[in-house]
Amino acid sequence: MTAIFGIPIQALFGQLLLGLVNGSFYAVLSLGLAVIFGLLNVINFAHGALYMLGAFIAWMGLQYLGLNYWLMLLIAPVLVGAFGILTERLLIRHLYKLDHLYGLLLTFGLTLLIEGVFRSIYGVSGQPYPTPDLLKGGVNLGFMYLPIYRAWVVVASVIMCLATWFVIEKTRLGAVLRAGTENSKLVEAFGVNVPLVVTLTYGFGVALAGFAGVLAAPIMQVSPLMGSNLIIVVFAVVVIGGMGSIMGSIVTGLGLGVIEGFTKVFWPEASNTVVFIIMVIVLLLRPAGLFGKEK
Amino acid sequence: MNRQLISYILVAIVLALLPAIGAYPIFVMKVMCYALFACAFNLLLGYTGLLSFGHAAFLGGAAYATGHCLAVWGMPTIVGLLFGTGVAALMGLVMGALAIRRSGIYFAMITLAMAQMVFFFFLQAPFTHGEDGLQGIPRGNLFGLDLSNDLNLYYVVMAIFVAGYAICWRTVNSPFGQVLKAIRENEPRAISLGYNVDNFKLLVFVLSAALAGLAGATKALVFVSATLSDATWQMSGMVILMTLIGGMGTFTGPVLGAFIVVMLENKVGEFGRFLANATGVQWFQVLGESVTIVIGLIFIVCVMAFRRGIVGELVQWRKTRGA
Repeated sequence: MTAIFGIPIQALFGQLLLGLVNGSFYAVLSLGLAVIFGLLNVINFAHGALYMLGAFIAWMGLQYLGLNYWLMLLIAPVLVGAFGILTERLLIRHLYKLDHLYGLLLTFGLTLLIEGVFRSIYGVSGQPYPTPDLLKGGVNLGFMYLPIYRAWVVVASVIMCLATWFVIEKTRLGAVLRAGTENSKLVEAFGVNVPLVVTLTYGFGVALAGFAGVLAAPIMQVSPLMGSNLIIVVFAVVVIGGMGSIMGSIVTGLGLGVIEGFTKVFWPEASNTVVFIIMVIVLLLRPAGLFGKEK
Repeated sequence: MNRQLISYILVAIVLALLPAIGAYPIFVMKVMCYALFACAFNLLLGYTGLLSFGHAAFLGGAAYATGHCLAVWGMPTIVGLLFGTGVAALMGLVMGALAIRRSGIYFAMITLAMAQMVFFFFLQAPFTHGEDGLQGIPRGNLFGLDLSNDLNLYYVVMAIFVAGYAICWRTVNSPFGQVLKAIRENEPRAISLGYNVDNFKLLVFVLSAALAGLAGATKALVFVSATLSDATWQMSGMVILMTLIGGMGTFTGPVLGAFIVVMLENKVGEFGRFLANATGVQWFQVLGESVTIVIGLIFIVCVMAFRRGIVGELVQWRKTRGA
């Protein structure tokens, strides 16, 4: 058995993979936050709660209706997205003319509400969700044991992120979206239904959170509190990366996950705080964030 | 101005008489601690336009500092209170210096993230005793008063609250406070008028943190304990709600808001049982266990329809009626 700095190489790669898994969630969630913020100027605090909602919908689908993982991977994001569209139409829409802070406060209230409802029904303990049969087990790579499901989470997240990047940067729909971010009045003058684009963007960003939630269900315990602790770390990720670039969000998310994984090996006590510490350092050296532009 | 002074004196007299007419002193002290906390927070949100999402760090940090100072080091009470306030001010200096490097929505996210870092530190540091928290903090004596007597402590807490309120009042109604309002209304203009906006922001952040710390230190004395829940992001959300519901940028608003939120926390369970009995819908029973649902709903209603808060709406109503 080889070792690096006195740490068995297997443990090292194991934590690296765990870090990548966490990083995938950071990437998908911060990507959704960035897309929403770009067009709506709203920081969606409810993103964590909607991630939790995605996981719970997957769990409920299996528990009450017997719908399997693959179906729920499709249905849950759609339902979460629909819920998002509803809240955008009913609530968030009325705040666009006000200070951006109200959007944050509203979605904070939504978070408490959603979490509170699930807590009153399911309590705070986690519900187990079985790994789908197809992705059970693992492969021995020689230098490490690779659980297939974890590898799948990373691959699926990266594919989702790249697909989002492709749609936004390379398609006509994405062009409208980017133009709307720059100057929504002008885009509206060209005959684009901007309010509709805004609604759909919110729905899509939120659906990404739901997607991440379904991916997380078999690894993390499905619990009402799973989202709120995550979302604060994702906020730090967003501050570090800046919300200016989509690739930036993806790279920052994955990178920070890996750093967190390594910290767990070398200095476990700091693994909870390392992302925040990096945020402090970035704020000192480059206040606008690694990929951000100061407005 | 004179009428205002008279009404303040009247309120102070009523406050002083409350225990005599049967109010539970611990409850009123709790309200006063949270009211001071909310007033301190309002200096930032209401008068400078900065949304700090991490004020729980100061409340919780000062509570731990005071508790440690009194229980472990065995210092006199006054030293404990000052030490807690000082620690919170120092934390405010560090957090503020970092957070003011970004503005608007980022400011809120940075303060939230830093407060979460502080929370994890408290969770792991040995001196906080983790989930158990500090228990049995000795209240000691202050100027010969035995504070283990609730009534004695009541008047000390009242004095602290009045002093903290007066500091907020003085700050806002000073040239310094005028500059803060200028920053809130139009920051680029304040800069172009030659004010070093960053210094003003940092100073008010430290002041707000110190007063929030004073509230936390006092709270540790009242409950003879310091626990993790004071430092959670939910607590940061609570103080935002108190300020929002009472009316940000008003003096009495945060005090009223603190009273309403503390009442809610204590009474939602009873209200739920009452609804369950009255309507026969058993679900209302769980209302008490999930205060968060009610808090969340109030948050949404406040943001959607009630942004001036109770006091703000009253002021506006009087203005339109007078016009």
